Amino acid sequence: MFYREAGQFKTSYQSDQAMFPILQDRIGMAVILAVAFIVVPLTANDFFLTSIMIPFLVFSLAAIGLNVLTGFCGQLSLGTGAFMGVGAYAAYKLTTIFPDVNVVLFVLISGFFSAGIGAIFGLPSLRIKGLYLAVTTLAAQFFLEWCFIRIPWLYNDNASGAIEVPKREMFGVIVSGAEATPLARYFVVLGITVFIAFLIANVLRGRIGRSWMMIRDMDIAAELMGIRPLQTKLMAFAVSSYICGVAGAMMVFFWLNAAEPSSYSINLSFQILFMVILGGLGSLSGAFLGAAFIWILPVMLKFIPSAIGLEIGAETVEHLTFMVVGGLIIFFLIVEPHGFARLWQIAKQKLRVWPFPY
Amino acid sequence: MLYDIFVDPFVQMYQMPDFFLQVLWEGFVAGILYALIALGFVLIFKASGVFNFAQGIMVVFAGLTLVGLHENGVPAFVALGLTIVVMGVLAYGIERVVMRPLVNQPDIILLMATIGLTYFLIGFGEFIFGGEPKRMIAEELWLPTGSTAFEFGERGLVILQHIDIAAAVIAIIMVAALGIFFNKTRIGRALRAVADDHQAALSVGISLNQIWAIVWFAAGLVALATGIMWGARSDVSFALEIVAFKALPVLILGGFTSIPGAIIGGLIIGFGEKIGELYWGGLVGGGIESWLAYIIALIFLLFRPQGLFGEKIIERV
Amino acid sequence: MNAIVTNEGLPTSEPVTQREVLLKVDNVSLSFGGVKAITDISLDIQKGEIRAIIGPNGAGKTSMLNVINGFYHPQEGTITWRGEERRKMKPYEAASQGIARTFQNVALFKGMTTLDNIMSGRSLKMKKNFFWQLLWRGPAEQEEIEHRRRVEDIIDFLEIQAIRKTPVGKLPYGLQKRVELGRALAMEPELLLLDEPMAGMNLEEKEDMSRFILDVNQEFGTTIALIEHDMGVVMDLSDRVVVLDYGKKIADGPPEEVQASQAVIDAYLGVSH
Repeated sequence: MFYREAGQFKTSYQSDQAMFPILQDRIGMAVILAVAFIVVPLTANDFFLTSIMIPFLVFSLAAIGLNVLTGFCGQLSLGTGAFMGVGAYAAYKLTTIFPDVNVVLFVLISGFFSAGIGAIFGLPSLRIKGLYLAVTTLAAQFFLEWCFIRIPWLYNDNASGAIEVPKREMFGVIVSGAEATPLARYFVVLGITVFIAFLIANVLRGRIGRSWMMIRDMDIAAELMGIRPLQTKLMAFAVSSYICGVAGAMMVFFWLNAAEPSSYSINLSFQILFMVILGGLGSLSGAFLGAAFIWILPVMLKFIPSAIGLEIGAETVEHLTFMVVGGLIIFFLIVEPHGFARLWQIAKQKLRVWPFPY
Repeated sequence: MLYDIFVDPFVQMYQMPDFFLQVLWEGFVAGILYALIALGFVLIFKASGVFNFAQGIMVVFAGLTLVGLHENGVPAFVALGLTIVVMGVLAYGIERVVMRPLVNQPDIILLMATIGLTYFLIGFGEFIFGGEPKRMIAEELWLPTGSTAFEFGERGLVILQHIDIAAAVIAIIMVAALGIFFNKTRIGRALRAVADDHQAALSVGISLNQIWAIVWFAAGLVALATGIMWGARSDVSFALEIVAFKALPVLILGGFTSIPGAIIGGLIIGFGEKIGELYWGGLVGGGIESWLAYIIALIFLLFRPQGLFGEKIIERV
Repeated sequence: MNAIVTNEGLPTSEPVTQREVLLKVDNVSLSFGGVKAITDISLDIQKGEIRAIIGPNGAGKTSMLNVINGFYHPQEGTITWRGEERRKMKPYEAASQGIARTFQNVALFKGMTTLDNIMSGRSLKMKKNFFWQLLWRGPAEQEEIEHRRRVEDIIDFLEIQAIRKTPVGKLPYGLQKRVELGRALAMEPELLLLDEPMAGMNLEEKEDMSRFILDVNQEFGTTIALIEHDMGVVMDLSDRVVVLDYGKKIADGPPEEVQASQAVIDAYLGVSH
């Protein structure tokens, strides 16, 4: 009833292959973008932007990156955190070596470093599959983390061992460093995230996206149909790591201002993996939903007790958060193993036939 | 440089055999502990095909429960008994709440569920017992704590901690017991049947739920033993979690389903890591222990994707 | 009927011996460890024919197909493709040379729709690189539409328009087999290998599938090698039949000849040794 595409006829393959072939989806997307670009900046306060919207967008982008690899190409990775770190450190080095170049450009370029390293660690994927591959990506995680600690050149020999983002301007507006306003950061992060999400959606509906899914669904059949397994997987690793690298660079430049090696630890990898799984493997919108859930839930948990007048220590809250997040993950896996994206599809189906059950 | 890499470490090994032996012993003990964690993984993977990420946390959780109970005035051996009961309840709970509803889901979903379980157990354990490290009650459990030095004439001496020897002995007893359990008992046979084919096992009247609860309980007991041994060497805290990841390369080397594989894999990783760190680690600034195990496993996988004891995989279409 | 066939000069009307040999397998042996799957088998596949490979279970039929499309590498023997001896090669190279196949146990891409599955058969023919794909508008989209057109032809041919946007995992078995055939056809192969295309089908589905196979062979001139257990189908469809048993070739020739061969009868019915 509310979501019925009856009467929307496609007269060309072009319109049938559009990103949002159904009118309601196009309207919905336009509304979401309008909210993101206009309503949120007008209404949100600094806290909402810095603690919720910016991290949410950063994590969404990282989840898209991992989703390319795990959700679309079927290669399980536990090294996302480290690949994000590569992006962050690369962007930091670049901007300190060339202070005059636009920092956003460097954030986008830093992804290529991450892509290269991701592709190197993707090489074993030709021979190693499934859980075994997950363990080899742990090698990447721990090795890169070690590099972030042991190679002082990477953090310009800072005594603290952390990278601190310098002040950088774009078109006269400060976008990074401690003085940047949340609004400026928000626009940069939103712009990059939407831009990359749009490009990757294009790739996913074309030949390359299809070849990833072929490898994921049945690698032997894919190979017998002319897909080169190594090339295809390496490409997925590179593209995925590129996106994660950009997300990692955004994380430190437009959100945290400073990052230590532990910011990009295995826990970050797991967090992103949760987002992808709960959001729905192989779904771009799922990446956003998953990121929203995993990031916003703990933030809310922190504020609920004080909001209802309970005095609980900060540590206890953290322990409870762990418990609740763990429990909810299990709960959602049991309820819908295909994630929020599938729940949304089911909801759409219900809307389509409403008010009738079928 | 080349000298430092290819010659010098071996010269040192020859010149200071006591130090080398000490390193080997350290590697051996570390290897035993890795192997014990890996053993817990193997038990569950064999019976349900679930890659139980929470095994490392179960080790900490068991240790914490034991110490926590004792801190609250429960006598050591009563606490041990109670901890076993807790692990049993945990096993039953996991089977009931997590595994049963997720039967027949893809591997990755089950893996994620165990990671969720990991988070839950971390939060739960810290919530109840607090996050600070705790001392293991080794003496109270009549575990030896002294050390013995072996002398080699003028060439120096090697010090063996008694707790390490005890750990090795307990590990051997546990592996033997599991071997007998798997091969000689009715439940062991049912377990192997379940491992081979869930549906076929169901069709001959084996209760999957019961078998899984038993397996998770067995893994819990292994975790408890590991927790005691490990806790006695360092402290009981969730910092052990990162070390528990080391069980993964061990599994890769030994194969996900082989008990002897877990032991041998554990020893290889233990030896490799200690020798690598002490003789080669200094060349790149030290701390390579954190990733060396994974790199060893990675290189190994490139040449033998099926693991040490796995059969060559013939792909079929 | 016959008159029409000869007028169009269809392959079936030519004498068997005069056709060009497309693929030739000489003295091939394949073993896994100690198990010999194929022992010293020679056979050829001629352009435009329907070639059946039959034999009891475990005779090495599927292994033979796997050897032909490069998935297994025989320890001994040579394979000649279009007059050129083939070196050891990867399966994707065989695909790019024009060999397509379907699988005994349906090997569709389960997470994708029927349309995407068949489009995936066009992968080798689509060339636009990553940067065009990023943009989508323009060349990549044009290419996609062009190939979509070809795929829609195949969908029409196989009469599966209604399930175009259905994920293949949800389809009944018979339709899955049909989609799989469509995917192989989308590759526009020179040689099409069908591994038990009618296994597990009911009579009606078998009839449909037989019709499709004959149509593919006659309309597109595609050479077909097929494995099938239904003897009625084999005898009706194929131009020549090769019979394998325990990895050895025991008969080769036109259906009637093979049917009468004592060795074949023994292999299927069993004899006391």
